[in-house]
Amino acid sequence: MGGARLALVLAVSLTLQPASPILAQPTSSQPAAPHFAMGPEDGQWTIPQKNYASTRYSDLSEINIETVKNLQVAFTFSTGVNKGHESAPLVVGGTMYVLSPYPNILYALDLTQPGAPMKWQYNPKPAAAAQGVACCDVVNRGPTFANGRIFFTTLDAHVVAVNAETGEEVWRTKLGDINRGETMTMAPLVVKDKVIVGISGGEYGVRGWIQALNIEDGTSVWKAYSTGPDQDVKIGPNFKPFYDSDKGADLGVTTWPADAWQQGGGTVWGWLSYDPDLNLLYHGTGNPGPWNPNQRPGDNKWTAGIFARDADTGEARWFYQTAPHDLHDWDNINEMILLDLEWEGRPRKVLVHPGRTGFVYVIDRTTGEVLSAKPFHALTAVTGVDMETGRLQVNSEKEPVNNRVIRDICPTAPGAKDWNPSAFSHKTGLLYIPHMNMCMDWESVEPNYIAGTPYLGAEVRMYPGPGGHMGEFTAWDIKEGKELWTINERFPVWSGTLATAGDVVFYGTMDGWFKAVHARTGEVLWQFKTSSGIIGQPTTYRGPDGKQYVAILSGVGGWAGSIVSGDLDPRDGTAALGFVNAMRELKNVTTKGGTLYVFKLP
Amino acid sequence: MKHLPLILLSAILLSACEREDREYRSNPVTAETEEKIALVPLSAGPSGPTEHRSGLGKEYEENAYHIAQGKKFYVWFNCNGCHANGGGGSGPPLMDDRWFYGGQIENIVQTIREGRPNGMPSFRGKIPDDQIWQIAAYVRSMGRNVPKAAAPGRNDDMHSGPAEQRRPPGEVIDGGQVPPAAQMPQ
Ligand code: HEC
Repeated sequence: MGGARLALVLAVSLTLQPASPILAQPTSSQPAAPHFAMGPEDGQWTIPQKNYASTRYSDLSEINIETVKNLQVAFTFSTGVNKGHESAPLVVGGTMYVLSPYPNILYALDLTQPGAPMKWQYNPKPAAAAQGVACCDVVNRGPTFANGRIFFTTLDAHVVAVNAETGEEVWRTKLGDINRGETMTMAPLVVKDKVIVGISGGEYGVRGWIQALNIEDGTSVWKAYSTGPDQDVKIGPNFKPFYDSDKGADLGVTTWPADAWQQGGGTVWGWLSYDPDLNLLYHGTGNPGPWNPNQRPGDNKWTAGIFARDADTGEARWFYQTAPHDLHDWDNINEMILLDLEWEGRPRKVLVHPGRTGFVYVIDRTTGEVLSAKPFHALTAVTGVDMETGRLQVNSEKEPVNNRVIRDICPTAPGAKDWNPSAFSHKTGLLYIPHMNMCMDWESVEPNYIAGTPYLGAEVRMYPGPGGHMGEFTAWDIKEGKELWTINERFPVWSGTLATAGDVVFYGTMDGWFKAVHARTGEVLWQFKTSSGIIGQPTTYRGPDGKQYVAILSGVGGWAGSIVSGDLDPRDGTAALGFVNAMRELKNVTTKGGTLYVFKLP
Repeated sequence: MKHLPLILLSAILLSACEREDREYRSNPVTAETEEKIALVPLSAGPSGPTEHRSGLGKEYEENAYHIAQGKKFYVWFNCNGCHANGGGGSGPPLMDDRWFYGGQIENIVQTIREGRPNGMPSFRGKIPDDQIWQIAAYVRSMGRNVPKAAAPGRNDDMHSGPAEQRRPPGEVIDGGQVPPAAQMPQ
């Protein structure tokens, strides 16, 4: 564990000064962040993605490869919650905002005072019963800030707007019904005067949608479903998908058995990105329901894919399906990083997406054309992506058959990587991907749709992939489509990632280590053992005292960590939808408990 | 897609059984047994909580047929989606020795009927009463709180862990503070 596997060492980088002008600008052949993600660094971290391009990169460099070894705790804060902490601490001006998992308490901490005392807390008091219909721990992926307000979703499917100064509720809108298995876990994204959110519940036969709310009062402006007739999906004359398989009328109905689209999943619970030049909003759609694919012959549009939509109207512009007729719960909700790069001699605006299927997709974000799809995980269930048709190539031997256990399927149901976001360094031009190395056995069984209960039809058990470790942290060369170095971890890497101009990248492990890694070599430069396992998203900011800080929530849980956060019984390998089989030992190395850690240099 | 089995089952309405009738048969969904069972070992006054059982619980949990039926209904009603094969998921484990809401069969029947606040749905009116008892008897077998001879043997489906029959006799501990029993030797 922890030993860096160096595929390539950039010998120069070790001797250069961190602020070296040579490294400050990426060479022209490197992928680069688009201009809208490149503004002057204001030292804040106001949305989990950091910017609309979702690069999760900060230009701060006081903490760098030279100084990082001196990092020390500046302050800590207990959230008082024992479930999985997947959220990102935000910093706006002199205030830090921390959102807990269910019961979704929002804390404001005063950074101008020693020890960052609490300014206020806002408790939305979500319905306790919502916990039963949250498939994979009661997580939340973060609040977002805009126009003097903090916006976030609650587990019982409300969206709230809170005054960022006072903590007073400005508005609150109910968007789903837990009796139909609908919950919310995603971080909203504000685009112009709209708050964009989506629904969770792909394991409960929820019909997925994305919705834009008026930022002033929370009323619905547009809503687009992921299944059903074109009108519901907001597919009209301006919908121009790149591949033929996405062309035709009402595919959201015709690629399903009769009426199955009504419980068809395609929930929108992951990351949103936005290109202000194209005015396009990018979002993924989740797995089709039920998990058992034999119940739903057809391509099951528009699940397990990426939509580009007009941000004002919600109208679909293009769609690409990463997993047509998804076989293994491969939601497509992972982060989409918007970059500019030169591809075969032509400048292209691209979207980079490390998917659950095991490939890093490079997609032209104006058209939806896949430029490359290169594997970053051991694969047995899929063999590649057909560059003519864009279609995922599957290994028929690993296709589910009812009542038969199919073995050695890689990647697993949570995919090669799940929700936890990568970061792109504007300096190194590399993508840093936190991911898994796992395989599974899968048995499809006939499911039963009962509203408000799970709709799965599969028994799963997971285990480590080749090499025996379950987590990897990889530096990825986007143009070449290959890894530069990888750090192996004993448990899945379920935390987000932060890249900085100090050439240090940060991530956390499920056994509790918060790590600072050399962005070019993968050398671990500093690490700190927190009180619980880490599945949160690291962020960095410049404090009111002018110094750089790094923040992370510790508190194990999530799908991978629910064996600890939910006190699950390790004797049942199928517990937590099969994750417990792989995670038995997590109980021996960490306990639950949510704590914010903030670090700075002495 | 299968439809809700209760639609079929509730259509087969048998004539109401008499209370004394120990040969318990399919009941209309609405008929309910009423056992008096405390949720906690603590009660006001020195005598301890009053408990009154008709003996029905024993009949169910000592009967291999009822437990086997319960195992089938446990899957039909999607209990496994939230509790897996006893190890838990969004719902707590049912094979361990910790019981938030009581681990006697009468408590478990109550839990299934009424639901519980942190996300256990209420199945009242959705599952016929005798099937609730059968499911509860199966839940009792998960932690091997039933006689060995009555507990289910090996699964036909994916092997999730040792079969109920092979588990050591269980224990019921009230409350949610104690971590689940240590891992059993495989
Ligand atoms: C939608 C998910 C869900 C479904 C479906 C579900 N449960 Fe539960 N169950 C839960 C949750 C969550 C709890 C914990 C409730 C609490 O702590 O308040 C729970 C609690 C329980 C308990 C109490 C455990 C204790 O420690 O006291 C039992 C027993 C139980 N469920 C059995 C069942 C059975 C049997 C079924 C099928 C008929 C079922 N559950 C279906 C989510 C579910």
